[in-house]
Amino acid sequence: MSSVPEPEIRRPLTRRQMLERIALALTATGAAPFEFAWGEQVHREAREEKQETGAYRPKLFKPHEYRTIQRLAELIIPADERSGSAVDAGAPEFIDLLCSQNPELADIYTGGLLWLEARMRQQHGVPFLEATEEQQVSLLDRLVEEGDPEKVEGARATRYGASEDYQGFSNYRLQPVSDLAPGVRFFEWLRKMTVDAFYTSPIGIEDVGYQGNKAVSRYEVPESIIQEALRRSPFGGA
Amino acid sequence: MAHIKRTPEQHEVVVIGSGAGGGTVAHVLTRMGIRVTLLEAGPMLNPLADFKEHVWPHEVNHRGAEEGGGVYFGRGEAFGHFNASAVKGGWTLEGEPYTVAKGSDFLWFRSRVVGGRTNHYGRISLRFSDYDFHPYDRDGLGANWPISYEDIAPYYDKAESFIGITGTREGIRSAPDGVFQPPPPPKAHELVIRKASHKLGIPCIAMRRAVITRPLNGRPACHYCGQCGRGCITASNYSSSQVQIFPALETGKLKIIHSAMAREILTDSRGRASGVVYVDKQSRTEKRIACRVVVVAASACESARLLLNSRSGLFPNGLANGSGTVGRFLMDTVGLGMAGYVPGLENLPRYNTDGMSGAHLYMPWWRWEDHDRLGFPRGYHIEIGGGYNMPRVGDFHGAARRHGYGLNLKRQVRKEYGAFVRFAGRGEMIPNNLSYCEIDPEVVDRWGIPVLRFHFKWSDYEWKQARHMEKTFADLIESMGGKVIGLTSHFDRHGISVPGTIIHEVGTVRMGDSPKNSVLNGFCQAHEVKNLLVCDGGSFVSNPDKNPTLTINALAWRASDYLAEEMRKGNV
Repeated sequence: MSSVPEPEIRRPLTRRQMLERIALALTATGAAPFEFAWGEQVHREAREEKQETGAYRPKLFKPHEYRTIQRLAELIIPADERSGSAVDAGAPEFIDLLCSQNPELADIYTGGLLWLEARMRQQHGVPFLEATEEQQVSLLDRLVEEGDPEKVEGARATRYGASEDYQGFSNYRLQPVSDLAPGVRFFEWLRKMTVDAFYTSPIGIEDVGYQGNKAVSRYEVPESIIQEALRRSPFGGA
Repeated sequence: MAHIKRTPEQHEVVVIGSGAGGGTVAHVLTRMGIRVTLLEAGPMLNPLADFKEHVWPHEVNHRGAEEGGGVYFGRGEAFGHFNASAVKGGWTLEGEPYTVAKGSDFLWFRSRVVGGRTNHYGRISLRFSDYDFHPYDRDGLGANWPISYEDIAPYYDKAESFIGITGTREGIRSAPDGVFQPPPPPKAHELVIRKASHKLGIPCIAMRRAVITRPLNGRPACHYCGQCGRGCITASNYSSSQVQIFPALETGKLKIIHSAMAREILTDSRGRASGVVYVDKQSRTEKRIACRVVVVAASACESARLLLNSRSGLFPNGLANGSGTVGRFLMDTVGLGMAGYVPGLENLPRYNTDGMSGAHLYMPWWRWEDHDRLGFPRGYHIEIGGGYNMPRVGDFHGAARRHGYGLNLKRQVRKEYGAFVRFAGRGEMIPNNLSYCEIDPEVVDRWGIPVLRFHFKWSDYEWKQARHMEKTFADLIESMGGKVIGLTSHFDRHGISVPGTIIHEVGTVRMGDSPKNSVLNGFCQAHEVKNLLVCDGGSFVSNPDKNPTLTINALAWRASDYLAEEMRKGNV
């Protein structure tokens, strides 16, 4: 029979000691409000735990493929006055990493890139990367238009991100009918993985203005925001 | 049985399962000085090493999409990569299958770890109403409980005082008041939702959640990171592992045998439970322990499975199953979720909406006087969602579909972020003869234990209730000036939740006054086997629109007090 294991929770750990201090700070009633500094320490430790990759060397894609993905990511989420691009946010690395771990996903990308390449050569006699921005955008616009759920018979109406709670949110399928269909599908993959990479990055988090993932001693909702939300609602001010 | 090793040690009370029921029994009995041996089918839990609380998606190289982008192919962890750190289980478990009868639909969520599903659950903690204990008297459906609200109320008090539940006193019959800690303040979008609910005549009150906002029993107050689903490293929410089991270990009265899959409860010649046979998963050997009392708290269906697999000359249909009701009356909660988009919430100044995990308000059932006029007999409550959530893989796929790419996509996401609201109904199902579990005669799991086969059908009562939810949610969204986007969960795609997916499965070992049509008495003690108790959702006679965990805690506490007294008197 197994002997009773000493719960490992009691093992002294740096992180544990730090958490105890957090707990203490939170328990101390009337102590100066502790925003964040302790929580930040948790985050820093977590970052230290993650793999440091340094300058990224593609694991799967050939140099010309990787450059094409970088270009596409830049077109999907470009830099603007507020924030950087999907390339700045690491989208090409994210796509390459996952493709390197999954042949099914890799085929979607390598096949999609060659389809895009062929289509551009057919239309303009040049590979995608050598086409003008206008030519690139024109082809991608066609792919979006062709895949627009409003225009595709049998496709479901737009559904917001699906459940907070459950997986399976990405099994959305369009039913495109034209000869652009493979490109439509590929561009959907590119768009969804690019937004995933962008909005989960520090750049994307700052872009949308998410302010959580903090440890705070008191939770408060700014009164001015409550008033503004009510004022804009059909119910008027508070 | 030559390979079976016997241990000479006599155990006092063996508890099978370490979730809300088993954790409560272990806590209450050890505090009274009674020795408890806890069997858990999963491993020991180490919150600091296991829980991914506070980790950002970008701190993991796959960002939460799982290795090889598993989530894009429907192969992600249940509840997502980060919550999986506390879940330790899912809709399927490797090597531990269950089967579903042809024509039925059922998904069974199991967590294999000390603390079970309490490590990650939503922690909504609602008392049953007085009328919930005698539903048959009101509408002639299902059956009455053998106990009343007055019987359980002192144990709700005890459980709430010990666990710590947020809430406010409201005097609403469908949502009896309890012992509450102060709730955190409502968020801005929730106050808009509350305006809409009041316009429709629906109460909208502080959420009752097992999260502490004040220090309690050495546990620090919540630090409002909104990540209860990942497990809480400061134990500021309830989990049986951290709040009951780890402290019980310190009494010296609790022994945990983890990775122990109970196979059978043994009985002696007089028909009393005498021990438990389990498979030690690490050595893949069978072991048996002798004991004075067996408390089964393995979750409703797992407990039914164990009783049905414990057949003997005295109990040919399974232990304590003379009534034939073990496995019957399987119920889940009726679920439906809807999302809406509210332009009035666009571009508001940002603030931290994490708060305590989940919404700070909810809507209790409001039409308990109208059950004969609604076309469906029982109620539901409404959970709400919205705010500026931590961006996760998948959250912006909808935006990418709607808005194409480029600067337009980027600007639309900024505008839309935080402007979505969600409503989820959680309603009472009526037990029916087509919904039950039984032993599949042809299949065993990797431990050699016969598995469950599920049968399940929603009846018109549930479908009609789901249509009422749908209409109510659309009315709420539209009265906020929003538009309906659609259903939120792929599990609801048929217009009602896939049975099992609300993870409130109860009823399979029900209590009642008569041994003819129930397994347990009102103290969760088997009618036929006095030293056998079942302290999980299996004992439920009905499944009111109140999430079951708090009632499991209260019933288990009451059963533990009863058991201790019976042991003292020598009756058990």
